[in-house]
Amino acid sequence: MGIFEYAPAPESRAVVDIKPSYDLFIGGEFVPATGGVFKSVNPATEEVLAEIGLASDADVDRAVAAARTAYERVWSRMPGAERGKYLFRIARIIQERARELAVLESIDNGKPIRETRDVDVPLVAAHFFHYAGWADKLEYAGYGPNPRPLGVAAQVIPWNFPLLMLAWKIAPALACGNTVVLKPAETTPLTALLFAEICRQAELPAGVVNIVTGAGETGARLVAHPGVDKVAFTGSTAVGRSIARAVAGTDKKLTLELGGKAANIVFDDAPIDQAVEGIVDSIFFNQGQVCCAGSRLLVQESIQDELLDALRRRMGTLRLGDPLDKNTDVGAINSAEQLARITELTAAGEAEGAERWSPACELPAQGFWFAPTIFTNVSATHRIAREEIFGPVLSVLTFRTPDEAIAKANNTPYGLSAGVWTEKGSRILSMAKRLRAGVVWANTFNKFDPASPFGGYKESGYGREGGLQGLEAYLDV
Amino acid sequence: MTSSIQAATQPHSDPDPSGAAATEATLRRFLLGLPGVDKVGLEARAARLGTRSIKTTAKAAGIDLAIRMIDLTTLEGADTPGKVRSLCAKARRPDPSDPACPSTAAVCVYPDMVAVAKEQLVGSGVRVASVATAFPSGRASLEVKLADTAYAVAAGADEIDMVIDRGAFLSGRLSEVFEEIRAVKAACGSAHLKVILETGELAAYDNVRRASWLAMLAGADFIKTSTGKVSPAATLPVTLLMLEAVRDYTAQTGRKVGMKPAGGIRTSKDALKYLVTVNETLGEGWLDPDWFRFGASSLLNDLLLQRQKLASGRYSGPNYVTVD
Repeated sequence: MGIFEYAPAPESRAVVDIKPSYDLFIGGEFVPATGGVFKSVNPATEEVLAEIGLASDADVDRAVAAARTAYERVWSRMPGAERGKYLFRIARIIQERARELAVLESIDNGKPIRETRDVDVPLVAAHFFHYAGWADKLEYAGYGPNPRPLGVAAQVIPWNFPLLMLAWKIAPALACGNTVVLKPAETTPLTALLFAEICRQAELPAGVVNIVTGAGETGARLVAHPGVDKVAFTGSTAVGRSIARAVAGTDKKLTLELGGKAANIVFDDAPIDQAVEGIVDSIFFNQGQVCCAGSRLLVQESIQDELLDALRRRMGTLRLGDPLDKNTDVGAINSAEQLARITELTAAGEAEGAERWSPACELPAQGFWFAPTIFTNVSATHRIAREEIFGPVLSVLTFRTPDEAIAKANNTPYGLSAGVWTEKGSRILSMAKRLRAGVVWANTFNKFDPASPFGGYKESGYGREGGLQGLEAYLDV
Repeated sequence: MTSSIQAATQPHSDPDPSGAAATEATLRRFLLGLPGVDKVGLEARAARLGTRSIKTTAKAAGIDLAIRMIDLTTLEGADTPGKVRSLCAKARRPDPSDPACPSTAAVCVYPDMVAVAKEQLVGSGVRVASVATAFPSGRASLEVKLADTAYAVAAGADEIDMVIDRGAFLSGRLSEVFEEIRAVKAACGSAHLKVILETGELAAYDNVRRASWLAMLAGADFIKTSTGKVSPAATLPVTLLMLEAVRDYTAQTGRKVGMKPAGGIRTSKDALKYLVTVNETLGEGWLDPDWFRFGASSLLNDLLLQRQKLASGRYSGPNYVTVD
């Protein structure tokens, strides 16, 4: 034992009450699913948390019908200021129940409590507050004097930020006067179902928010449903493609937020210590299961050794383990399936000749775990430099000039995010202009704010979420 | 007691093996060539280190370690032999109700009080540190500063806490600052030299990194944030930055340097955040009074109260620890 070994500091689970089984949330009521059940698992222990209702086609129909009724009778007719009151109320309840939401999110997703407590849940509340403020000011958003909502929105969200993606989808939709049917990811439905309870606590009119749980087929049925006017999806590019196909030829409005393979570019004049922190945040935040993760580190060749030494030293201090321990930096991978994908791609990286390194790091025996990993000697042709790994795996490439950095950074089918590290302001501006990425962070990474629009170029999707721009996706403009 | 001082002094290592400070021009080029500091990123990192949750056994170990790292300080115009004697008694035995409570690392006084403190601390293992060089402003001639230092050393100071000439540093006379530190170091003889940067007056983090390197290249055994007479005194981001400078300097030269935040650290919770920062920046090698100190006075009582609480399970109150 060391001089100053941190004792376990687990956040208490007592604050959450996980029920043995969960129903669907349709028309303001919890109703049993008719498609059977599936299980949600704690990825850190493989413990089964609860049985979740599997929504059948008929359940999806009912949810869409409930949303339609609520849209026509209540929500679209309500003055914006009144809608705003509900959203403010939801935001406040989220703050009041923040600890409960954070603990449940950590248990169901595997991400560290430090992140759910300090990042996810505060951002969720902030997102509802932001759009609550817009609800009565839509005529000033630049879309004409009386912009109209679209109707019923079908929203399918991923497992990496279950509650945050729910907020990104539901808050703007409701602010604009739409009603929603949301399908959370199969592996992380619990916080969405707790959010349903919050909707009831806020006395949100029945049917304005409906939540159907299930797997891919449920989502496919929902987005293809003729009763929906708007489809919003966050997830993989492959599924995004099939949704675009399903929606093509209809008058449904579509926004897609898909994969990424972001370049994080570090110049020789970067603030090195902060750049190292930024790299850690860019790829090990949420175990790298972030669509905008900086999974390709582009480092100027002249500082490669210095920077990588510092990065390896810093990685040695990352604490992997129990997601509920307040000192955990790296939690569990969300599912066995995702772990298998990360394992397969990293094996391909080694087979292709890249050099793999992880700090000494003991992985728990139970659950889905992957040690923080970096690959050096990576070539642009390697699969680990091209495909989205969606795990705590960083591919390091080098460049010599700003032009080369731009060429390499843009040489990807994706275009979601990028990072630039330099003390030179003019270089930041010129890089930001030339990077084909929806978000460019300068001397920081993975920073989010509800006022800032987010979305991709190329195969990272289309449409923007967040801020003033995020309203457009939910207005008939 | 002297053995550990000698071990820490490393008399044979050259503080500037690469000759960075050979001339004014090379020194300036070297210091301006150090990587910049991004303020937002530095402060975010410090804040995150501050969220570490230190409980139970770790807390108990941290509190005892922090007590052992304190330079128990009185630096008032009103200091008297009586006050210093009382402080020395407290440094030797901080908690009269618990003989297992460790002593502090040192007491820190003005030069004219060194002899009094020395006499009180004989055989205790507690060292005597003295501020010198026209503390706290440093606005005096070099002759006066060296005489001040020599006086404190002659009176028996084990450690000298000098201040740098911030005016010279801010006006770009870097060699002047460098040479002054070297001269004071020479005047210290075998006494340990702590160099106070007064980071509250240097204002920019880039300056803090440069001044840290300047002091280490000139032979500082410790670098120290503040006099305690200027606000802001020690902060967690400044401490993190100086620890990073120590880490980089040690990696480059092989010479280990200590670090001392001073002023403004009043609670056990704060002290534990600093220990976490040391632990995750420099590692266990610096979790020792030879390499990390707290310049503080009121911190000790809060540590003692927390220590009593951990032992008894209940909070006592200020009447259960001594005023000084």
